[in-house]
This record gives sequence, structure tokens and C-alpha cells, in this order.
Amino acid sequence: MKQDTLSMKWKNFVESRKPLIDDWKHTAYLWRKSKLTMIGTFVIVAFIIIAIFAPFIAPYDPIAQDLSKRLQPPSSEHLFGTDQFGRDIFSRVIYGSRIAIQIIVLVSIISGGIGTLVGVFAGYFGGVVDEVLMRITDMFLAFPSLVLAMAFAAAMGPSLTNTIIAISLVYWTVYARLARAEALRVKNMEYIEAERAMGASNFRIIFSHVLPMCISPVLVQLTLRMGTIILTAAGLGFLGLGAQPPTPEWGAMVSDGRNYLVDQWWISTFPGIAIAIVVLGFNLLGDGIRDMLDPRLRR
Amino acid sequence: MSKEVILEVKNLKKYFPIRAGVFKRIVAWVKAVDDVSFNINKGETLGLVGESGCGKTTVGMTILRLYEPTAGQVLYGNRDFSKLRGKELREMRRKMQIIFQDPYSSLNPRMRIKNIIAEGIITHGIAKGKEAEHMVAELLKKVGLSPDQMNRFPHEFSGGQRQRIGIARALAVNPELIVCDEAVSALDVSIQAQILNLLEDLQKEFNLTYIFISHALNVVKHISDRVAVMYLGKIVEIADKKELFSEPLHPYTKALMSAIPIPNPELKRERIILKGDVPSPINPPTGCRFHPRCPIADLKICSKEEPELREVKPGHFVACHFA
Repeated sequence: MKQDTLSMKWKNFVESRKPLIDDWKHTAYLWRKSKLTMIGTFVIVAFIIIAIFAPFIAPYDPIAQDLSKRLQPPSSEHLFGTDQFGRDIFSRVIYGSRIAIQIIVLVSIISGGIGTLVGVFAGYFGGVVDEVLMRITDMFLAFPSLVLAMAFAAAMGPSLTNTIIAISLVYWTVYARLARAEALRVKNMEYIEAERAMGASNFRIIFSHVLPMCISPVLVQLTLRMGTIILTAAGLGFLGLGAQPPTPEWGAMVSDGRNYLVDQWWISTFPGIAIAIVVLGFNLLGDGIRDMLDPRLRR
Repeated sequence: MSKEVILEVKNLKKYFPIRAGVFKRIVAWVKAVDDVSFNINKGETLGLVGESGCGKTTVGMTILRLYEPTAGQVLYGNRDFSKLRGKELREMRRKMQIIFQDPYSSLNPRMRIKNIIAEGIITHGIAKGKEAEHMVAELLKKVGLSPDQMNRFPHEFSGGQRQRIGIARALAVNPELIVCDEAVSALDVSIQAQILNLLEDLQKEFNLTYIFISHALNVVKHISDRVAVMYLGKIVEIADKKELFSEPLHPYTKALMSAIPIPNPELKRERIILKGDVPSPINPPTGCRFHPRCPIADLKICSKEEPELREVKPGHFVACHFA
């Protein structure tokens, strides 16, 4: 009896949520249809799993030095070989994924958040607000991004936290311009006018109508940019302005091996490959998400 | 029908600046609406006709404060709607709603129609949650849609259905006056008739007042009680529908009337074909704005003196020196 009412309830629930479920099914269908998106998803999912289970996957401590085993080529004992301090490169690459994810997530949240808000306010209000906010954005855009990130990182002192802040401060401009363009388009739509005629406040219009419309291009750009974020972080790490040793940061690891590149190629190569694969994965996934969110391709 | 005036528009003007150059200096003004006055009685439908670019949509938008008026008053009850600010303005906006021309761009493509219609209800704190949903269901029934469609997205509906959703959204906040901005122009003829009938039914049920903006004279003739004819930002003639269609007095109205197709090939009639194009509203002709195209213009007066809108018969206003 009790079972019966429960299953009835479940059925009713499914029935009432049918459009939503169909919507998700369609998204899943679009996702399955595109091979590249699937590859990208697979890479990123693997990347995330590796980051989460790093302690179980990595055979050695990524920081522990063993000078008796320094500069060993890849073997069954040390899959990717060892570096000049005898640390296992495989373990370091695995642990490096944690650092990379930390950077990506925090930079995306900070820069995406700042950028979207600045852009939406500039685009929606226009006039002086737009002029001031966009000129500030232009100031940031005037410098090459890596140079500006270096300047910030150097000014604040090299550390992982400062790397994240520096990269966020450089990349928010992209999202600001994107969100502004979208806000400019959306604010002149008739449904926004209907909303105003209805008596909705600017605040409500921005947060419940303009902002949601700006999120999907920003989100796509974020996923596309995640690759770039890793590259920039690796660049800063390579230059010694990022995470400090002995943190297993991929860029710093590539830098570590550059003196040995001719004879001990594996020190730089494996972290380099890790960077390349993850960046590629993010780019494929970003493209896929853009296609999936495009309402014209849906249905 | 009661003769209670619901809305009084007095000397309404809307000029749009044209900016040019590096410093965005204002080099000229587009006089989209130039000194328009009229009244609307409660429960009636005022048709607003004219060719494209004559400012009829701008009149509608300015009345609703979707554009800020350059000058003039919009008296609603005894308050000047054009001067209200902030919260007061938002409160008053409940009273006047708009139905748009394009049923495709007037609905947010990412919102379920349940939420689109509930927006006004929630914004004004009329109801929340389940209660709001119940009201949405009622509104959908009123406009001839099924309540179980409320979880769908706008793209799952046809043009006519979307227009019904737009009407439901306008009705959600219990307005007294609705501006129908070319509300049926984007629909095909059979659907037009359905929507017009729906609008008429709703008018009876809720005692609504309509400002019906259109360029389609046959539609306006069908739905309006009174008709105002606009030319280049000004009203040239206002009268009862019957009066206006049987006895147009302004030469421009006459020309418009002669352009209505009549489904009778036997009927011979004189078509008045106007010369030239509509002059630019940036630099309108002096005197009577219609004089360069008018078949009966007398250059001595018409190009110099601007004719006032005067009452030639009870309830029939014309702005012409010779009417």
C-alpha cells in the first residue's frame, strides 16, 4: 500500500517535470552526437578524477627527494622518470592536476564574476556608467595579458594565491566586454520593454532577465579560456612568479627541466604533455558547450 | 458606454536627438511626436493609424513611459503619469500595459511561459508560489490556451499562440488600459481575426480600454470606437469610427480611405494617389505638414500657417484650413 502511493507520487512527479526531463534528454542527445565534445568531456572528467584521487594514483610522495635516484629515465619503477632531485615525475604530474584545478576554478569564479557584473551594468545602464567602466576595462586590455599578469604577480610577490589573483585581474576584461555586448543586445528586446512596462525595477530586470542571458556566452568563453588560464599559470610558474618550489606546478616543472632538456628530456616533456592535453580537452569541451547551449540548434 | 475619461494626453512631444562627430554633439532632432493631444474614454478602443514612420508607435511608447516624453502631459485619472518617478511610477505601471507587434521577440526565449506570465504578478506582490501558478492557469484559459502548457518555452508555440501569451502577460497585472502596438500585424489573416475577437471578448469581460496602433485600416475599422489619424508626428483627424470612415474631412484621411481595398470589382471609385514621399521628420514642412503632398493645398495659407486641430462637428476634430 505504502509502496503504491510512493510509486504514484513518483509517477506524478515525473509527469509534472516532463518538459524539464525532455530538455535534459535533448541536451544529452546533442552531447552524444558530437564526438569531439565527448573526447573533451572524457579528458576533463579524467583530469578531475585524477586530481581528486591523486594520493591513491601517485606511487610516490611528489615532494620527497631521493638524490640516489636523480635523473633516471622513464622505467617501470618511475613511469615518467625522475628529476634532478630524484622526485618521481609521474607523481608530480598527478599532483600537479590539483594545483591546476585550484587555479582554474578560482580564476574562473573571480574573473567571470567581476567581468559579468561590470559588463552587465555597463551595457544595461549605458551612458556615463558604460563610459567609465569600459575605459577601465580598456586600461586593462591595453597591456599584453601575460605581461600584466607578470606585473601583478611580481608586485604582490610570487605565491599560488597571488598567481590566482593576478590571472583573475587580467582576464575579467574579456567577460566584461562579452557580457556588455550581450546586455546591449538584450536590453533593447521587446520582452525587456514589456518588463519595464510591467513596473519591474532595474535591479530585477538586470538580475532576472539580462544577467541570465549574458551568462551563457560568458560560460562558454570561460570553458574556452580555461585552457588559456592553465597556460598563463604555467607561464608564470615557468618564470618563477607562480607557485613556489617544491609545489608540483606544471609550468614550474617544465622550467625545472629546461637545463637538462638535451639529455634528460623527460623532466620537461611529461608536464608539458599534461598541459597540452588538458588545454586541448578544455577547448573541445568549450566548443561543445557553445553548440549545446545555442537555442537555434536545439530542437 | 460611459464617457468617463481614463487618459488625457496633452501636447505630448517626443524628439529624438541625432548625434554626430567625435563629441556626440546633438546636430538635429527627429520630431517623432510633435504636439499630440487626445482623450480616451473608459472602455473604448481608440485606433491610431498612419503610415510607417509617422510616430504612432512612439506615441504608444511615450504614453507608457518606455520613452521619456520631451514635453507634455499624460494625465491618468488626475495624476500626470509623465512626471512620476521611482516606486510610484512602477506602481502606476500596473494600470497600463502593452502588447507588442512581434510575438517572437516579445517573449524571453529562455523562460517558461508560466514564469513569463507570472513576472508581473510577482513583481507587484499580487501573489506567490502556488497561488501565482493558479492565476497563470486562469489567465491561460482566458486567452484560449491550455493551462498544462505553462511549463513550455515560447519556441514551442506558434505566432498566434505567442501573441495570446503576450496578452495573458499584459492581463496578469489587471490593467485598465492596454496599448496594442500593431498587435496583429505580424499574424496571418485567419489568426488576426481570432486575436481581434479575443481582444474584444477580453475588453467586455474586464472593461478594458485599448489604444490600438495599426497601419491596417480594415483592422482598425473592425475594432475601434474612435480613430485618430496621424501624419508626420501630428494628429490630423480624430472622429468616431463611423463618422471618419463615411465622411473623412482631412485630405490625408481621404487619401488613406481610398486606398482600402474593397472586395467588389464592379465598384468604380476614385483613388487619391498622393505625390511624393513623406517628408523627413527632422525638418518638417512649414505650416501644414501635409501641404507639399496635399491635392487641395493653397500655398498662401497652408505653407505658412499651421492648422489647429478644431472641432468641426461634435466629436469630430480636423487639422485642416479647408475642412
